Amino acid sequence: MADTRTITVNVNGEVHTNTINVRKNLIDYLRDDLGFTGSHVGCEHGVCGACTLDINGETVRSCLMLAVQADGTAITTIEGLADNGVAGDLKKSFAEKNALQCGYCTPGMLASAIEYINAGGNADKDKIRRHISGNYCRCTGYQAIVEAIYSVAENGGN
Amino acid sequence: MKAASFLYELPEDLNTALQLLNSSDIDVLPLAGGQSLMPMMNFRVSQPDLLVDLNKIDSLKKIDSDSNSIKIGSMVKYSDMEKSDLIKEKIPLINNVIPFVAHSAIRNRGTIGGSIALADPAAEFPSLLVSLDATIELMNIKGTREVKSEDFFTGIFETDRKTNELVTSINIPINKSPKKFGFYEITRRHGDYAMAGAFVTTDGDKKEFSNSRVVLFAVSTKPLRIIDIEVFLNGNLLNDVSVQENAIDIINGYEFEGDLHNDTEAKKTYAKVSLKRALGELNG
Ligand SMILES: Cc1cc2nc3c(=O)[nH]c(=O)nc-3n(C[C@H](O)[C@H](O)[C@H](O)COP(=O)(O)OP(=O)(O)OC[C@H]3O[C@@H](n4cnc5c(N)ncnc54)[C@H](O)[C@@H]3O)c2cc1C
Ligand code: FES
Ligand code: FES
Repeated sequence: MADTRTITVNVNGEVHTNTINVRKNLIDYLRDDLGFTGSHVGCEHGVCGACTLDINGETVRSCLMLAVQADGTAITTIEGLADNGVAGDLKKSFAEKNALQCGYCTPGMLASAIEYINAGGNADKDKIRRHISGNYCRCTGYQAIVEAIYSVAENGGN
Repeated sequence: MKAASFLYELPEDLNTALQLLNSSDIDVLPLAGGQSLMPMMNFRVSQPDLLVDLNKIDSLKKIDSDSNSIKIGSMVKYSDMEKSDLIKEKIPLINNVIPFVAHSAIRNRGTIGGSIALADPAAEFPSLLVSLDATIELMNIKGTREVKSEDFFTGIFETDRKTNELVTSINIPINKSPKKFGFYEITRRHGDYAMAGAFVTTDGDKKEFSNSRVVLFAVSTKPLRIIDIEVFLNGNLLNDVSVQENAIDIINGYEFEGDLHNDTEAKKTYAKVSLKRALGELNG
C-alpha cells in the first residue's frame, strides 16, 4: 500500500508520466503538475461544473476524480480543443454570441456543449438548458450560452 | 478544500477487494464513482485511511438477466444503464428516471451501487428500487447474503450493510410486460436533489391497480413506502380520478421529515403534489 503512484496519461495528444500523491485531484494534477491551467476550479465538490473536461470521449468532473484514476486515459482540456469541427464551431459561436464574459465557466461549458452536439442533440432550447444545468455561469445569465449552442445545433452540429 | 492523506489500492478482483475491506485496525472505504465520496473527502467529512477503488473489478460491471429478473452489478454507472437496451425494454422506469439524477458528467462516473450504499434520502435510486421490490446482494470474505431493498435502507445515510461488506449487485424482478409506473419529483433546478418525489408502480398487463407500490422520497429519513395507499389502490381502475384523490388524502395521516429549506408542512404539500402527478403520469 502506498500514498504515491506512477501514472501515464495522454493530455491533448501528449503523453505524460509522473509519480504523484494519490490524494491529488485530477484537476490539480493537470493545472499544477502539467500546467494546463485552462480548466478551472470553482467548488471542488462537483456542483459548479467549471472543471468539467473530456476523458476517453466522456465528460467528467475533474475535481471528483483522483489523478491516479486517470492512469491510461486520454484527456482533452480546453487547450486541446481543435479550431475546426464541433469544438471549433462552438468556440466561434460562443465568441459571436457573447456567450462568455469573465470566461471562468467557459472551459466546462464548452465540454458540456461539445458532449451535447456530439450526442446528436438537436436545436431545442429546453433540452440545451437541461443539458447545461450542471454548469454554473455567474456572468451571462445563460441566454447567450443557450443561443450559441442552439446555433451550432441548428447548423447540424457541423 | 482537498482530501486528507490516505492510502490507495486498485484491486482487479473481488476477493482482493473484500480482503482489503476486512481490515479491522484501519478505516477502509470502497470508492465507486466518487461523486459523493470525493466531495465528502474534499470537505474532510470523511477521512479514510485506505481507499479501495472498485473501478477495475469487471465482474461488478455486468448487467445480466434471466426470465425472472435483471441483475445489475454494483459498479454499473448511470450512463451504462442509460445505454442498456435490456433495461430500456424490461424496466423502462429506470430509463425515465436517470435524466433526473444529477448531470451527465456525474452520471458518467456515478454508480448504482454507490447510490445504494450511500442511502441519501433525497436520492432517486433507493426509492426506485423499493418501488420495484429489488433485492440487494452483499458480500464479505465469508460469503453472500441478500436483503430486500425495503429492509436495506435504515435511515439517513444508513443501511443494513456492514463495513466489511460490499454491495455486489441489485436484483430486480421482471414480468412479461414491464411494470406500469408513474414518477414525479420537485426540484429547484434540473438535476438537483429532489425536494420531494414519488414513485408508483403497478402490474403492466392490467387496467386496475395490482401489486402496486407507492414510495415517496426526500420527505423522510429513508424511502417511504405507503402500504395504506397501495392497499387502497389495488383493484381500482388506473384512470379513476376520484380514486387518485382519495389516495392522496391518505397522506394527511402521515408525518414528514423537514430539512434546512422546507418544514414538515411544506414537505407534506410537496409529497401530495408529487404523488398526484406520479399517479397522473401513470395513466397518460
Ligand atoms: C452536483 C451533484 C449532484 C447530484 N445530484 C444527484 C441527484 O439528483 N440524485 C442522486 O441520486 N444523486 C445525485 N448525486 C450523487 C450521485 O448520484 C452519486 O454518484 C451517487 O450518490 C454515489 O455513487 P458513486 O458511485 O459516485 O459512489 P461513491 O461516491 O464512490 O461512494 C458513495 C458511498 O458509498 C460507498 N460505496 C460505493 N460503492 C460501494 C459498494 N459497491 N459497496 C459498498 N459501499 C460502496 C462509498 O464508500 C461511499 O461511502 C449528485 C452528485 C453531485 C456531485
Ligand atoms: S470545481 Fe469541479 S464541479 Fe466545481
Ligand atoms: S462567463 Fe463568467 S462565469 Fe460564465
